[in-house]
Amino acid sequence: MAISIQDVEHVASLAKLSFTEEEKQKLASELNEILTYMEQLNSLDTESVEPLSHVIELGNVFRGDNLRAGLDREDALKNAPAKTEKFFRVPKVIGDR
Amino acid sequence: MNPGDAYEPVIGLEVHAQLLTQTKAFCGCSARFGGEPNSNVCPVCLGMPGTLPVLNVKLVEFILRMGLAVGSRIAPRSVFARKNYFYPDLPKGYQISQHDEPICTGGGIDIDVPGGGKKRIALTRIHMEEDAGKSLHDLDVDTLLDLNRCGVPLIEIVSEPAIGSPREASLYLSRIRQLVTYLGICDGNMEEGSLRCDANVSVRLRGASALGTKTEVKNMNSFRNVERALEFEVGRQVRLIADGGTVVQETLLWDAERNIAFPMRSKEEAHDYRYFPDPDLAAVTVDEAWIGAVRKALPELPETRRDRFITGLGLPGYDADVLTAEKGVADYFEETLASLGGEGAGRAQNAKAVSNWVMTDVLRVLSAGKTSVAEFPVSPARLASMIGLIVDGTISGKIAKEVFEDMVATGEDPRAIVERKGLLQVSDAGAIGRAVDGVIASNMPQVQKYLGGNEKVFAFFVGETMKIMKGKGNPKVVNEVLRRKLDALG
Repeated sequence: MAISIQDVEHVASLAKLSFTEEEKQKLASELNEILTYMEQLNSLDTESVEPLSHVIELGNVFRGDNLRAGLDREDALKNAPAKTEKFFRVPKVIGDR
Repeated sequence: MNPGDAYEPVIGLEVHAQLLTQTKAFCGCSARFGGEPNSNVCPVCLGMPGTLPVLNVKLVEFILRMGLAVGSRIAPRSVFARKNYFYPDLPKGYQISQHDEPICTGGGIDIDVPGGGKKRIALTRIHMEEDAGKSLHDLDVDTLLDLNRCGVPLIEIVSEPAIGSPREASLYLSRIRQLVTYLGICDGNMEEGSLRCDANVSVRLRGASALGTKTEVKNMNSFRNVERALEFEVGRQVRLIADGGTVVQETLLWDAERNIAFPMRSKEEAHDYRYFPDPDLAAVTVDEAWIGAVRKALPELPETRRDRFITGLGLPGYDADVLTAEKGVADYFEETLASLGGEGAGRAQNAKAVSNWVMTDVLRVLSAGKTSVAEFPVSPARLASMIGLIVDGTISGKIAKEVFEDMVATGEDPRAIVERKGLLQVSDAGAIGRAVDGVIASNMPQVQKYLGGNEKVFAFFVGETMKIMKGKGNPKVVNEVLRRKLDALG
């Protein structure tokens, strides 16, 4: 499975990152190396192995539906790069997520 | 022929219901609507590094209620997944949802189709997820964020593409609203966004089996808007195809002001959510014992309640349908009846009397004021006491209408209103006799007609007597006295 420059651009845009042409070349070859290395896993026979979503087979870790005090608004907004008295402030966004 | 007749719509709905838990899905912040902006937040729902989500057990309980009520298969084991996308109202950069292992699959919801009969709309799945925050675009040159809603638990109910018309879509949505409110898991308020709905719409030649290209319609925040938006989009697709065009797969936003759905201005890049199992959350396993316990504790469902109103209380099917359409109204009816009491036949009579008042008067006031029964100023006990005044002859049914309006306006006790306005029904034969004598004396020509065998004229005498008594005469006694005095003249 070879990673093309288009793949790098696609993943970069999903991550909201931008790269120079040079960086894209470098990332493409690095990603290819990583994937080639991981390819080795395909040599294993996993026919009878169930897919695993968690390393620890832990189930039903719950909490009761009980209120717990959160942060004061002042603290919640404290580290925001931009804010108003009551809100987080971000550059204008219109349209779909 | 209308070109629309050659085509049939195929609609699938995705309904999000906000759950009535005290706290959010994965942290102990309040999940309630309407707090001060950014006042119900903590490091977990703000997506601070190093925090860990812990699942609210009530979310699982609530979705099990829904799943069992609609006959879904409950997965013995289900997992949460991360749905990755960047949008400022989602501080973590992913939404916790369920992807390929949802907790409920299958099941169906019955709707009464227009023209009679029932149709079962099959469900694909119902899964758990968290809500995003709220972006406000109009308060400032920048976008402002209120993250109170971030992490509020939702269930998403996904139907098969099995809905055959905009009307069916609206009926299906009403049934979901009815179910979630009966189950006590969501308040069902579409205007406030606790019930939201997106639609996948395509059309195809009637009878064809392959599906056409679909569009997604969003932003339909009321039942009426859902129907109008879908009619618009179905019509648009039919005209487009009939004119030789092709439907482009895109997302449209409904604009209720302008009555159109327009394509969203966003990059046409296909969404790529890169789902993967959330390593921060353990799997949810549900055993038979848990399912059994939830099933046993399920509240009475609308159909069961409807049947009970018919067989247990002797109400006509029409009354039972109207009263049980909304849980709050059915509760109001039952509380009023309980407060009024009655045994055996008396109870059935009282049930019908209460039903009449609720169906005609209470629902009329609610729909005129566009309010819910929860805000209705007349308590069930007060309405019962007013009906009690009619039953025991204190006021007439006619006067009761006036008392009812007064109760709605003032919220006052009916007995107090009757006394204040002097509306007590007069049953005293002496007082009624005096009024009757006056009516007879001034209407001799009609008396002659009555004596000549014209029975219709009797109603005229009743009306005249009631007029003199300002509507307060006991109708039964008025009838008796009139009959006796008129017949004595013959």
